[in-house]
Amino acid sequence: MSKDHGGDHHPEPEPYPALRTKALESLLVEKGLVSSDVIDELVRSYEEDIGPLNGAKVVARAWVNESYRLRLLEDGTDAIAELGFGGAEGAEIVVLENTPQVHNVVVCTLCSCYPWPVLGLPPTWYKSAAYRSRTVMEPRSVLREFGLELGEKVEVRVWDSTADIRYLVLPERPEGSEAMSESELAGLATRDSMIGVQKAKSPATVG
Amino acid sequence: MTGDAALPRDNGELVFQAPWEGRAFGIAVAMNEDGVYDWTEFRDRLVDEIAEAERGGPPSSYYERWLASIERLAVERGFITADELDARTAEYASGERDDEG
Repeated sequence: MSKDHGGDHHPEPEPYPALRTKALESLLVEKGLVSSDVIDELVRSYEEDIGPLNGAKVVARAWVNESYRLRLLEDGTDAIAELGFGGAEGAEIVVLENTPQVHNVVVCTLCSCYPWPVLGLPPTWYKSAAYRSRTVMEPRSVLREFGLELGEKVEVRVWDSTADIRYLVLPERPEGSEAMSESELAGLATRDSMIGVQKAKSPATVG
Repeated sequence: MTGDAALPRDNGELVFQAPWEGRAFGIAVAMNEDGVYDWTEFRDRLVDEIAEAERGGPPSSYYERWLASIERLAVERGFITADELDARTAEYASGERDDEG
């Protein structure tokens, strides 16, 4: 063992937030308010299982199944639960349908509220001060920076998430996807299209 | 999807940049799911922490603000005291307490 990189002592001090978090967890565990096993499982599931693929499955189902699409728009939380997704924070999930006339885009102006069960945790840009403030004031220029140019006649609707209501965008089914299976279609519904800063991928760009 | 290969998400972004971020996230969510507190109590504090940081407070990362919010909630709701949190943090910092040992 090299004495520089040996295992007997801590290689470098832990950052303060790491120490603080350990202290907080250990006190709350002692008081019976939280269990480390439950935290382990939550971290694992958000790192491995819960992500935009869940939302993509919801979108693909809505694209192929008209009655599911109607249920999804009527009561997002319930229709999403049909596919086995739900739970976090007890918030309601409202689904917003994009059409040739209306483009929906989602933001949380005050913090970072986001539909975790269907999209996982938000990307860094979603939490940035710039996205949070500018999306409301100048949505078209924000969308342009994501590479999305919308026609003059398209109405842009911006939805501000809250503790109680989270939004999922149902993007338009892309042209040329008519022959694709539900699972192939899920590959077109990207995270960004379900936030509303992009359109779904075109089949021409896939595979 | 298991092992190191599963860590970077298909969107190319790690969910947590450091293990403590995942723990801080999990503490808040686990207690909420157990009905210990209502999510709006946490969300309101997170909104405050973010607003204060953006008004020119000391530079902080998203999960530092998250941690500050859950700390405040735990102290203000009387789950723990600020003194015991400071003391426990000092024990980890000095190596007097070490869960990995």
